[in-house]
Amino acid sequence: MTYPVQVVAPQDVVLPPVSDIELGRRRYRRDRAVRSTAVAAVSTLLFAFVVAFGLSRAPGWSRIQQSFFDFSLAKKSFHPILDGLWLNLRVLAVSEVCILALALLVAGLRTVQGAVFFPVRVLATAYVDFFRGLPLIILLYLIGFGVPGLRFSWLPNNPTVLGTIALVLCYGAYVAEVFRSGIQSVHPSQRAAAASIGLTYMQSMRLVILPQAIRRVVPPLLNDFVALQKDVGLISVLGAIDAVRQAQILQAQYFNFTPYVVAGLMFVVLAIPTGRVADAAAARARRREQSGSLV
Amino acid sequence: MTGPGTAGPGLEESSARPVLSCRGVTKVFGATPVLRGIDVDVGEHQAVVLIGASGSGKSTLLRCANLLETVSDGVIWLDDIDITDPRCDAVVVRRRIGTVFQAYNLFPHMSVLDNVTLAPRVVQKLPAAEAKARAMDLLDRVGLADKANDFPDRLSGGQAQRTAIARALAYQPRLLLLDEITSALDPELVGEVLSLVREVKEQGMTILMATHEMGFARDVADTVCFLDGGVLIESGPPSQVLADPVEARTRQFLDRVIGSGRSQ
Repeated sequence: MTYPVQVVAPQDVVLPPVSDIELGRRRYRRDRAVRSTAVAAVSTLLFAFVVAFGLSRAPGWSRIQQSFFDFSLAKKSFHPILDGLWLNLRVLAVSEVCILALALLVAGLRTVQGAVFFPVRVLATAYVDFFRGLPLIILLYLIGFGVPGLRFSWLPNNPTVLGTIALVLCYGAYVAEVFRSGIQSVHPSQRAAAASIGLTYMQSMRLVILPQAIRRVVPPLLNDFVALQKDVGLISVLGAIDAVRQAQILQAQYFNFTPYVVAGLMFVVLAIPTGRVADAAAARARRREQSGSLV
Repeated sequence: MTGPGTAGPGLEESSARPVLSCRGVTKVFGATPVLRGIDVDVGEHQAVVLIGASGSGKSTLLRCANLLETVSDGVIWLDDIDITDPRCDAVVVRRRIGTVFQAYNLFPHMSVLDNVTLAPRVVQKLPAAEAKARAMDLLDRVGLADKANDFPDRLSGGQAQRTAIARALAYQPRLLLLDEITSALDPELVGEVLSLVREVKEQGMTILMATHEMGFARDVADTVCFLDGGVLIESGPPSQVLADPVEARTRQFLDRVIGSGRSQ
């Protein structure tokens, strides 16, 4: 029996009935799928049983459980920590917006052409070099404790505000580099095309280069967002009552580390969806590149 | 310094002042000379076709003409402006020149319509409705009115290049530069693009183009210029340069091209 290769099937063309060979292949694949699902289920159950059995029999397990997984304390600390997390989320939202704006500005200033802008380029480059190299914890101490120490009445001394400023300065440098790499990844032929139709530098940047650059850097930006989600917990060192600080208070109160586990799990749960979105965005970008779109 | 319209060596004096006039155009990349003193005139409503092997300097001459490259020596006049003068604003010059590239260079994040209306909207500050009407008119002319809302990645090579031509014509340039616009196309798509160029020429556009399509050069060009190693070897009407070249190097090149089946 022969099989006509049907690449395009217009509406009025009727495909020949499915052959016995193809039906056999489909049956075989279905059987294989059922079998592998069953094998996966059995092996997972077995594995979970061995781990649970091993852990509960391990010497000292009860002590570990008491110190890290105290269920009643977890229930008690859930709400205060969640209240703290609300502060983290607000800091996250405000700082992410500021970071994107600052980073785009710095990236633009680093790539701007013309002799007049030489000092601006130098300044933008120095900013990136400095804040990308400076440990965040030192920056937090300098701004969070150093600035209030100046006792200028016009400067903020709220630890949350100061912590947010430190996060924005630090992440702004990273994200500026992400934007800059995106701007530079746009093919020179796009600049040539934009110039050839008479766009000025600023017009081609705004209408041709940046829209393509930003689309391309969405996956790395989401990655940095996941990192920021965790690092908002660092404002606790300045005394802001966030999820981490709240957990610390409860830990000291009950001499038990369960509140840290609760706070840690909250951050993990927060990061999972963002991580999945970042994966999906990266996969989409890869697909688009591999489909051979016009550059 | 010779002005526009003044005949260079080996060129006849034409009565009308040319739209584009190159005198002694030289371009050196590092230590490599790519153009060595090119003299070319493109008269109004004329099509001048540059032929020559890859690396002969055709594309570089076109890139010098719209200031994507700065010349190393020589002068280029666009009407009565010396565009090689460093005080000359490149943006203003490019607004009078339409360019179509070998690799289309459409903007992938914009629909076909937005690609075509971008310059009229942003450069000429046309109202959106008027820019759209003009673009739809152009897309109709290039046979792509039904693709107006598609994105460039949905177009065939021929459709993409016709869109690029519409984009270059949308701001009604004084001069059209075509840089090997059919070299990236499948053979069966070359015809649709070339017949569009022929139409555009018949409607009065002034064209300077680099191509490997000898048959097209023979049919459409007013003047054919053969470049070799950055030197203008021979120029004249296609009936002379393509059928009965004076220079041995031109003859050699044409024999090679005809041998490879690109003559038609």
